[in-house]
Amino acid sequence: MIDVVSSLLIVAGVGFYLAGSIGLLRLPELYARLHALTKADNLGLGLLTAGLMLQSPDLLYALKLLLIWLAVLAASATSAHLIARHARRRETRP
Amino acid sequence: MLTAQLLYALTGCLIMALGLRTALLHASLLRRVVAINVMGTGVFMILLAIAYRGPELAPDPVPHALVLTGIVVAVSATALALALARRLNAEHADE
Amino acid sequence: MNPVSLQLFDVLLLLSIVGLAWASLASPDDRRSVILFMALGLLLALAWGRLLAPDVALAEAAIGAGLSGALLLAALREQPRREAPGATEAVAKRGSSRLQAMTQWVVTLLCAGLAGILGWVLMHIFAGPPLDRLTQAVSANLGVSGVSNPVTAVLLNFRGYDTLLELAVLLTAVLGILALGPGRAGYQPAGPIFDALARSLAPLLILVSAYLLWVGAHAPGGAFQAGATLAAAGVVLRLAGRQRIGLPPEGALRLVMTAGVGLFLAVGLSLLLMGRPFLGYPPAWAGALILVIESAAMLSIAATLVLAFIGGRLPAHGIPAAEPATTRREAITTAAAPERGGEEESGC
Repeated sequence: MIDVVSSLLIVAGVGFYLAGSIGLLRLPELYARLHALTKADNLGLGLLTAGLMLQSPDLLYALKLLLIWLAVLAASATSAHLIARHARRRETRP
Repeated sequence: MLTAQLLYALTGCLIMALGLRTALLHASLLRRVVAINVMGTGVFMILLAIAYRGPELAPDPVPHALVLTGIVVAVSATALALALARRLNAEHADE
Repeated sequence: MNPVSLQLFDVLLLLSIVGLAWASLASPDDRRSVILFMALGLLLALAWGRLLAPDVALAEAAIGAGLSGALLLAALREQPRREAPGATEAVAKRGSSRLQAMTQWVVTLLCAGLAGILGWVLMHIFAGPPLDRLTQAVSANLGVSGVSNPVTAVLLNFRGYDTLLELAVLLTAVLGILALGPGRAGYQPAGPIFDALARSLAPLLILVSAYLLWVGAHAPGGAFQAGATLAAAGVVLRLAGRQRIGLPPEGALRLVMTAGVGLFLAVGLSLLLMGRPFLGYPPAWAGALILVIESAAMLSIAATLVLAFIGGRLPAHGIPAAEPATTRREAITTAAAPERGGEEESGC
């Protein structure tokens, strides 16, 4: 039972990654691509982590996985912000 | 039969050849440093394929230690090469 | 696991790796090449995990993809922004284009020949059943090595001499870098978002590196991965434009840089004086000695990699905070030592 739920979560996570990658390839401009990629990848990683947490042998293992997701969340949001800010500055510079 | 070991080892040879070709032919110094790193990656893949003994047996730890050493040496060589390239560019810019 | 699906996974992964490697090497733009190289490093970490090499996968992700990529990107900063128009495949400009084409063909054929011979040799090696080689020797002696992770045992005990020389190679590289001149210019102080991230990531990275050092004795981990994670903390702080990035002041920095090789050598020589072979740990103390040597090595590796990222000597009075592209006004108001800052701007 746990295996089935875990597999569903992981497949859903991978589906979100696929959606984010399609957005990266098909959307017209930088900000739209950044938005789609960051949101989809964060949610995809969250679902992936949830699926893996169900498979972990003890609580500490699951908490480490959660920590990985939180760290990636913070880092990818910050890097999306930095990329967007840099692109904005290049636009407005004469 | 193409086992996983052979597959990874042959891919390692291919990557090493690609890196070597670019390191010899390309003009940009930075690209050559990247190509030497890619060559190193091919060698690591060959070593790890040799160490892999299938899904049941535990892998051979000695090539793992060699590859670990190799990764650290590769990054220190890359750092020195980049510092040398920077100094070269500074010298050429002064001429 | 189903062997067919595993083979399918292997084929897809290896195709992606070869494709990324070729795209990185053949890309017309240096910046794109470096970023593709970083992506290649992450896929390689996946491949090393697939080959049951978790220690190597950790090291590849931290050092091969992370720190190598950061070094290359820092080196890219100083190149002028141009989309290398004709510099894709140029042998030296002298000589006719016919000679160039011939040289390219000859080199390509030689590399292909080398790969072919190597592949043929490997096919013969793998024709028989899996060999034992040194696996039995390692697992037989794992009990007296002081640790239970076989890779750590090989690195720090059975082949400790190789690791000593590797730390010496790191030290030599950083001495070369320091001898080549002052470091690269610093970065602007970060905005509130990145600053908050840097401030929360740095303690987390320090904690993770201490954990990796400790856990290396009985699970994948060890001094190199820990040192790289600690160096990542320093790199993040530097990217956030901070003045203090965790490196100790000049005298203590020299001590930390040489501590890896020095302590290793001291342990080996004192064992020699006690009548044992060089680096032949007595089994009762092996675990403790390995931990002590690994701690010194971790600090040494971290300091070396951060200095490599900075690219040279740190100025005596703080780090000039502005990029070369920004205005001189920003450089003067934000640098802690304007005279040093001015020297940096004109020197590089």
